[in-house]
Amino acid sequence: MEIPSLTIAAVRHGLAEKKFSAVELAQEALAYAKAENPKTNAYLTFSEDRALAAARGVDDRLARGEDPGVLGGVPVGVKDVIVTRGVRTTCGSKLLEHFIPPYDATAVERLEAVGGVILGKTNCDEFAMGSSNENSAFGPVRNPRALDRVPGGSSGGSAAVVAQGTAVVSLGSDTGGSIRQPASFCGCVGVTPTYGRVSRYGLVAFASSLDHIGPFAKTVADSATLLSAIAGRDPRDATSATHEVQDYAAAMKVPLQGLKIGLPKEYFTGLASEIGDRMQAGIEVLKKQGCEFVDVSLPHTEWAIAAYYIICTAEVSANLSRFDGVRFTTRSAKAETLIDMYRNSRGEGFGAEAKRRIMLGAYVLSHGYYDAYYLKAQRVRSLITRDFAQAFEKVDALITPVSPFPAFKLGEKTSDPLQMYLSDIYTITGSLAGIPCMNVPCGATAEGLPVGMQILTRHFSEDLMFRIAHQYEISGGFVA
Amino acid sequence: MKLTEERVRYVAGLANLALTEGEIHQYAHDLSDILTHIDKLNELNTDGVEPMAQVLFDSGESSTLREDEPHVSLSNAEATGNAPVSSQGYFKVPRVIER
Repeated sequence: MEIPSLTIAAVRHGLAEKKFSAVELAQEALAYAKAENPKTNAYLTFSEDRALAAARGVDDRLARGEDPGVLGGVPVGVKDVIVTRGVRTTCGSKLLEHFIPPYDATAVERLEAVGGVILGKTNCDEFAMGSSNENSAFGPVRNPRALDRVPGGSSGGSAAVVAQGTAVVSLGSDTGGSIRQPASFCGCVGVTPTYGRVSRYGLVAFASSLDHIGPFAKTVADSATLLSAIAGRDPRDATSATHEVQDYAAAMKVPLQGLKIGLPKEYFTGLASEIGDRMQAGIEVLKKQGCEFVDVSLPHTEWAIAAYYIICTAEVSANLSRFDGVRFTTRSAKAETLIDMYRNSRGEGFGAEAKRRIMLGAYVLSHGYYDAYYLKAQRVRSLITRDFAQAFEKVDALITPVSPFPAFKLGEKTSDPLQMYLSDIYTITGSLAGIPCMNVPCGATAEGLPVGMQILTRHFSEDLMFRIAHQYEISGGFVA
Repeated sequence: MKLTEERVRYVAGLANLALTEGEIHQYAHDLSDILTHIDKLNELNTDGVEPMAQVLFDSGESSTLREDEPHVSLSNAEATGNAPVSSQGYFKVPRVIER
């Protein structure tokens, strides 16, 4: 078996034809992942015992003539902000270096229930805060397509394991672009579903009103299959949606004739020219499939980053207050009094970006500033959401770039946090509105760096999003 | 918007973060940059616009609530298993009450 090029269908076929057993596949995939990992640092922890136990379960079901599940035997990577019972979950933070969760996230439970085999936990920016994966306490991830470059962030490890072929699919999390942007930098499919589509139970909270779990895959079909498996109502997350989950892999097979797609003009200025060229080539592919393109406007785009960095940091400062040296985290040796224990444990344990965001959040929520910052940002969030609703009155979907530039070099942007924040411009708006959005590869720059195209649709219209992505993929769009 | 180092110290106190002098200097600079960008929001008139605290969908008022049924929770050992210091089923912290 060719581990790096495996897809879900190939695993299913191999098991059905008895070319390999699930245990053999898990052993070989683990050996391959361990051998390749030093190049990228994409996995932080391997969960060998758990993977082999899951694989044995799949083999047992097959031996009894039962269906092993849609992910039967499929090697999966899970971002290290999603908790796994008995398997270390660090959130990329020194504070949680030794944290062994006593329970599983719902998404983890669900993907194992349908036969998924978790090989390990993937590296990420600390508490999912960052756009380059350089904020991990355990070292940056290197982009498998160009090892001197970043994989994007914050789900850099989850994108890298799929691009590197050390997992067939993976789970990431997205708050302002943390799935789509690394998928675009690494050249794979990355999906941010509608807010509430996937339970957040067991996703270590960063910004609760913006956090999403979503899949990475090599193909649209695999991302669709994984999302169908993990989506749906969960009584343990009150914000999880009750809407029925569709079979996205079936929905994507309908041709695109007659669809109207909007190109928001605010998203096509300030692009690197090669990104603009790749986007244009992608649009031509979709035109040939019978899509009509019209120009639309999302007039409040310009204010999205300012609103986002208020809302997200305010939620960060509240959510991260639980890391206090008492229950889960390491504790400072300088802990004579309770208050010193809190302050020193947090001061020593959090990295620079986490502290920066906690500080900004505490500031915007501090006495006398709440109305001017937090409330103002929430009102602007309404305007941005309204922009999308108005655009979707005219068109079925929107297409935009994911990032204004391709993967940059390690260290290139670390000295200027504001510039790093501003690079999230094309992904943050969809996050604020809570609509489904995904990255599909659309070719590469002359240097060979992947370029990504973003598809956005109405709330709970993942079926249409996957349909556009899949029809684009099978008409040769990924290499357009 | 320029943030003074004094203000940074005050906010670090609110956030329970011990910062070094170097960090205070750095964050005064970084946060001032970011807040200057954030001031852009004042260009927008948001009178009469409802604040959006959460992504909302059309679903029943009580559809997000679960039945209130008892279920097995974490054991004491599991709940305290990750504590840096624990004893006899409790989390241990420095003395809070002075005699």
